[in-house]
Amino acid sequence: MSAEAIQTRRDWLLSDRPASRMQARLGRAYVAWRRFSANPLAFVGLLIIIGLLVVAAFADVLAPYSPTIGDLKGSRLLAPSAAHWFGTDDLGRDIYSRIIYGSRWTLYVVILVAIIAAPIGLLVGTVAGYAGGWTDAILMRITDIFLAFPKLILALAFVAALGPGIENAVLAIAITSWPPYARIARAETLTVRNSDYIKAVQLMGASPFRIVLRHIMPLCISSLIIRVTLDMAGIILTAAGLGFLGLGAQPPLPEWGAMIASGRRFVLDQWWVAGAPGFAILIVSLGFNLLGDGLRDALDPRSGDQ
Amino acid sequence: MSALLEVDDLRVNFPTRTGLVQAVRGVSFSLGRERLGIVGESGSGKSQTGRAIMGLTPPQAEVTAKKLAFDGIDLLAAPARQRRALRGKRIAMILQDPKYSLDPVMSIGRQIVETLRTHEKVGKAEARDRALAMLEAVQIRDPARVFDLHPHEVSGGMGQRAMIAMMLIAGPEMMIADEPTSALDVTVQLDVLGILDKLVSERGMGLIFISHDLRLVSSFCDRVIVMYAGKVVEQLKASELRDAQHPYTRGLLNCMPRIGFERHPLPVLDRKPEWAA
Amino acid sequence: MSAAENQVAARRGSARAVTVLSAIGRFLVIAITTYLGLLAVTFFIGRVIPIDPVLAVLGDRAPANVVERTRREMGLDLPLIEQFYIYVKNALNGDFGTSVLTTNPVMTDIRRAFPATIELATLGTLIGSVIGVPLGVLAAVRRGSLIDQIVRIIGLIGYSVPIFWLGLLGLVLFYAKLQWVAFPARLDVVYEYTFTPITGFYLLDAAMQGQWDVFYDAFRHIILPASLLGYFSLAYISRMTRSFMLNELSQEYIVAARAKGLSERRIIWAHALRNAAVPMVTVIALSYAGLLEGSVLTETVFSWPGIGLYITNSLQNADMNAVLGGTIVIGSVFIAINLFSDLLYRVLDPRTKAG
Repeated sequence: MSAEAIQTRRDWLLSDRPASRMQARLGRAYVAWRRFSANPLAFVGLLIIIGLLVVAAFADVLAPYSPTIGDLKGSRLLAPSAAHWFGTDDLGRDIYSRIIYGSRWTLYVVILVAIIAAPIGLLVGTVAGYAGGWTDAILMRITDIFLAFPKLILALAFVAALGPGIENAVLAIAITSWPPYARIARAETLTVRNSDYIKAVQLMGASPFRIVLRHIMPLCISSLIIRVTLDMAGIILTAAGLGFLGLGAQPPLPEWGAMIASGRRFVLDQWWVAGAPGFAILIVSLGFNLLGDGLRDALDPRSGDQ
Repeated sequence: MSALLEVDDLRVNFPTRTGLVQAVRGVSFSLGRERLGIVGESGSGKSQTGRAIMGLTPPQAEVTAKKLAFDGIDLLAAPARQRRALRGKRIAMILQDPKYSLDPVMSIGRQIVETLRTHEKVGKAEARDRALAMLEAVQIRDPARVFDLHPHEVSGGMGQRAMIAMMLIAGPEMMIADEPTSALDVTVQLDVLGILDKLVSERGMGLIFISHDLRLVSSFCDRVIVMYAGKVVEQLKASELRDAQHPYTRGLLNCMPRIGFERHPLPVLDRKPEWAA
Repeated sequence: MSAAENQVAARRGSARAVTVLSAIGRFLVIAITTYLGLLAVTFFIGRVIPIDPVLAVLGDRAPANVVERTRREMGLDLPLIEQFYIYVKNALNGDFGTSVLTTNPVMTDIRRAFPATIELATLGTLIGSVIGVPLGVLAAVRRGSLIDQIVRIIGLIGYSVPIFWLGLLGLVLFYAKLQWVAFPARLDVVYEYTFTPITGFYLLDAAMQGQWDVFYDAFRHIILPASLLGYFSLAYISRMTRSFMLNELSQEYIVAARAKGLSERRIIWAHALRNAAVPMVTVIALSYAGLLEGSVLTETVFSWPGIGLYITNSLQNADMNAVLGGTIVIGSVFIAINLFSDLLYRVLDPRTKAG
């Protein structure tokens, strides 16, 4: 492609008189992308998350050993070596393979929590913001009450009652993490509620349900995505914490938090058993934090770097 | 008349990601113990000129000049320490809005005392007495009470008087007043200006009065500099303002409403790129 | 001062009284509903989620007449709302039932464990603020410099690292390899029987009784977990301090302070930080609350006999009374800190007094 073609394409994207909605949308995305890719740390974050996705998708190919069946006779608690990059655990399982498979559970948790918590928050926030009055007061009081709770302890109590397991851990985390989304969605709703185009839709006879669903919710999505990305690290850490306390994923699932818990017994002598999965958690959380920071700076220039 | 301040070809540049922004582009003037007004729209570089003289431009700004001297001291060559010693002691500055330019969590009295004790070795009791006297000098009736108040507890007019007291207590020879009355109610503006006027002439200080209000400046100052896009477009005596030559100055003058004249449509300020060249 | 100004001041005085009253009213409404919310959620967890709380207590092999009697004894035959009323009344009296594991009333166990948790979280917050605030100030003042980058990275890692994992690694390094700190516990076994705590805060008790060997031993036990918590609060505190300081340093009163000829040091510490201190109080309080919450993980790693460990031990034994009692107590303290930090903010900031 010639330099000229690139030049005109950029002009087309950056045009201040877009000819179509598509062009405007692409142009905005392009500006955000330029701001995002100018931030090297955010880029590192993106690479880490892409890496996580790739590893999870190709775990079968990438993992040299089975994640659940080990060689109990010959390879218990081996130190890292060429054959076992991160060593083996007390059941003779290859830790490297378990970490690779564990990426699937990490993704499973964050995606499921996001899918459950974000829509709850979106619904509560937009309804409260659009309806106003008593509905707003009551919904927001409930939100604030949940916001004032200690999330980890509450999740713990939930799982204790529901019974240990990764599904219940996901449910417990989701139940405790929707309130910030509700506040964001409400704030966004309040800024558009009285705008002329909402008035126009009202005049055309759209039902409140339709207005909230089709005209208000889509506007809340981008700030919600930023917040969810920033929360991902916290979700991973909470899930790992529940796993560590034996309340999340149950053996023999290769979940990273549970792996740390099982490595804890020999941590003073065979530190790698607990060391490696913790490092994996650190890297992935860091990736989400860097990505979230970068997204916020790119999509929401007001916040600056403060 | 020996010049208190000499400014020759002052430039202030801000490097930004999209290139160099030239806020002040070669401003020259000199100031004796007189009142000089600098007038211009927002963005004309008048405030940055004042801040460059004070040495208070943001760290990323580049300040250059053929000459920038206060009482024979080369300000650009002076070490940071010496410049700091000048600030507040010999050159002072009043900012626009006392709501923002006074420290909100420190009592007014302590803020005044702080200036004094930074520059002079005085005991606590004496500092307090002098601060109270200074508050009286800016015509605050109940200085002992105001001394202990916080900035949010006083009105804008009183806040600005406190600001003047804070800046004058160490006895500076030159004062830069950056839009000192723009944030105040019209009724209070004249009071504050009167106080400023009285103190400046009593103490024989040099004053640079920065404003966007041409009428205010012309009634208050001896000389006027008109700035546009970082440059001085015209320099003249306040009394000769009616005879201004430059079309930009004339434009500013025409914008002023006069009682008894019906004006439709309102005149729009003309801005020609060649003036900025 | 003019008469008009006097009048304004007087009006402001009466307006202040009204705002204070309505602020107290608001505060009470928020406090009460939040506590009721907490109790409702724990009630829900304890009484509604388990399909049959009786079976949870007795196991599924109990004879039918025993099950029936227990159900009545537990008040489970009453309507749900009445059960909740009794539950709230008991909780307000500090009655959380009896722990199956220790056979003590849950409140007794908690009262014993509470000081350990508070001591650890307090020391952690202390470490975090003493280091975190200056670091944040430095990062803001030298924005974009190496130190700013380092503070940023310290913060990012703090937000991303699993606390229990870092604790384990700390034990490997400082206890097993370097032997700088003592093994996971509160005191060496030798002292467990010779030392009688007064307040339950061992460092304080040992110092008050002049038992400096005990003090040293307690210090060697607490320093690693406290530093770890300190690191987490430091990550949060330094980041927030930086952000608040950047905001203050861009204000006009800083320009005015420079125009007065003040030294940079005085401008930063006496003016900018003094202003930033107001929101900082909230941040430090929130970080303290966060450490209390995080105690379930840290205390487990360091065998620290506080509420966190009590909760996790009870969890492992399906001792729901103890779990919920601990949850309510930590939750209550957490909420109280949240609410009071808000109140403190109003008291500290002279601007909010005027309403």
